[in-house]
Amino acid sequence: MHRPTFLEGVRDLTPILLGVVPFGLIAGIAAVSAGLTPFHGVGMSLIVFAGAAQLAALDLIGNAAPALVVIATALIINTRFVMYSASLAPYFQEASTPQKVAASYLLTDQAYAFSINRFTSRQEPTRVRMSYYLGAALTLWVTWQVSTAAGAFLGAAVPEAWSLDFAIPLVFIALLVPAIRDRADAGAAATAAILAVLLVGLPYNLGLPLAATAGIIAGIAVERVVP
Amino acid sequence: MSGSAAWAVFAIIGAGTLVLRGAMIVLWGRLSAIPPTVERGLRFIPPAVLAALVLPALLVSDGVFTVGPRLVAGTVAIVVAWRTRNVLATIGVGMVVLWIVQALT
Repeated sequence: MHRPTFLEGVRDLTPILLGVVPFGLIAGIAAVSAGLTPFHGVGMSLIVFAGAAQLAALDLIGNAAPALVVIATALIINTRFVMYSASLAPYFQEASTPQKVAASYLLTDQAYAFSINRFTSRQEPTRVRMSYYLGAALTLWVTWQVSTAAGAFLGAAVPEAWSLDFAIPLVFIALLVPAIRDRADAGAAATAAILAVLLVGLPYNLGLPLAATAGIIAGIAVERVVP
Repeated sequence: MSGSAAWAVFAIIGAGTLVLRGAMIVLWGRLSAIPPTVERGLRFIPPAVLAALVLPALLVSDGVFTVGPRLVAGTVAIVVAWRTRNVLATIGVGMVVLWIVQALT
């Protein structure tokens, strides 16, 4: 481990923690709102460690969706990690297998964004690159675990009249808006949103995966027509 | 969902997510690259899934279309997210607008 570079990773990621803490608190609260125990909230963060997927899964569990729909939705959301994994893989080629597995478990949107930015702009040995990545990724991991635990144990005490469940779609809005960068993204989002509303009566919450799939197809179609 | 069923669901999501995250990093060189068509499709997952989660949460309440405080607060939050790109501001303004509209109606 290259200590100064590890600390650079920690330092680079720190400013965005302000955005991660409320998200983590809400993920903890959402576990309790979905009818589970605070320990489920903490355990889920340790096992899954993926905010958007955790919130979507808890939202569905709260709506009594069947296990298969919960699992499918969470995994569809996490499919984006394949892209990050492919993009980072060449830089980690010489790392040990335990390091690669740890790096995989810790992979997040944020750790990816900071690391790829550095890796593509500087020539450094694998050991130094891995140190930077782990510094950034572990900082996010610790913050996520502490804030979901706080949300899970303190959230149980929040009165229902505060409508704190509404924080979940608000987090999704905060993630959705920057994800729309061009017409194809907008086409994907609009198609999925409208279909999700129209299909809301479908059993087992099947409307969500169907609408999302239609949205992805619409995005690809728009990109072909309007390059 | 029962508590033990939830643990099983978390375990499956966790294992599946680790495979998605690790596939290329751990198996690099043993797998061929992702086909470009698949990669284009992957790009649309976040906007599609998030939009499919957001609009019903603003428009539908207990299975019925409802134009109410959640739609108003959500619309304001979308504007805030667009102008500020700030998670904290989006959540904060959205919640406050919801409380105000709920108190007024």
